[in-house]
Amino acid sequence: MTITFLLLAATTITGTAAAMSLKNLVHCVLALTLGLVSLAALYLQLGAQFVGFTQILVYVGAVAILAAFAIMMTRSAEPAVLTGSSSFRVSGALIALVVFAVLGWAVWSGTGALAVLGPEPEAPVNEIGVALMHRFVLPLEIIGLLLTAALIGAGILAMDETRRTK
Amino acid sequence: MTPMSGYLLLSALLFSIGLAGALTRRNAILVLIGIELMLNAANLNFIAFWRYGPHPEALTGIMFAIFSISVAAAEAAVGLSIILAVYRHSKTTDLDQMNSMKG
Repeated sequence: MTITFLLLAATTITGTAAAMSLKNLVHCVLALTLGLVSLAALYLQLGAQFVGFTQILVYVGAVAILAAFAIMMTRSAEPAVLTGSSSFRVSGALIALVVFAVLGWAVWSGTGALAVLGPEPEAPVNEIGVALMHRFVLPLEIIGLLLTAALIGAGILAMDETRRTK
Repeated sequence: MTPMSGYLLLSALLFSIGLAGALTRRNAILVLIGIELMLNAANLNFIAFWRYGPHPEALTGIMFAIFSISVAAAEAAVGLSIILAVYRHSKTTDLDQMNSMKG
C-alpha cells in the first residue's frame, strides 16, 4: 500500500465520481478524462506499460473525445431539467452500494490467503507482439473483423437519413 | 491488507460508481460512460491478477485487458452513433422521453 497507489486511487475515484454526478455534461467528460488518465497511471504502476499506453491512446484520445463530440452535437451541454423522481435516484444509489458491499466483502474475505509473490513480472512489448502473432492470433483476427464492422456500422448509423435512402 | 486487495477494492468501487451512474443518470451519453467505467473496473482486475497471480509469464491478463479495451472502443463508437441517430429523430437524449421505437 504505497503512497503513489493511494494518490492515484484518490484521483481515479474523484474523477469518475465527478463524471457521474456533475450537472454540466462537458464538465462530466473532463472529469472522466482525469479518472481515465489516473487509471492508466495505475496500469503503469502495476508494470503493464503496453496496457497503460493503450488506455491513454484509446480512452483518453478516442472515447472521451467521441463523447465530447456527441454531447456537443446533441445540445445536451445545457444543464438538464431534472425529470426523474428522487426515489429512482435513491434506489439506483442503493443498488450500487449493495453491489459494492458484496464485492468488498468478497475481496476482504477471499484474498487474505493469497500471499504476495516474487518480483515484479515483466511484459515487454516484443513478447506481447510475439504472443499476439502465435498464441492469440485467432482472437486478434476476430478483433480486427469486429473493429471493421463497428467502423462501417457506426458510419452508416450516423449518416444523414436523406442521403442513406438515395 | 495485501497490495492486491487494495487494487481489487478500488476496482469494486469503480464498478459501483459506474453502476450508480448508469442507473441514476437520465442522459443516454452518461449511461454509456457509466458502462465504460464498469468495463474499466474489470480491466483493472485483470491487470491486478496478472501482476500478483502465480503465472505472469503467460501474459493472459494483459491480453484479456487489451482485447477488452478494443471491444469497449467499438461499443462506444456504435453506441454514440446510435444516440446521434435517435437524437435526429426525437430531438432528445433524455432516456425518460425515449418511449417509442417507431421512427
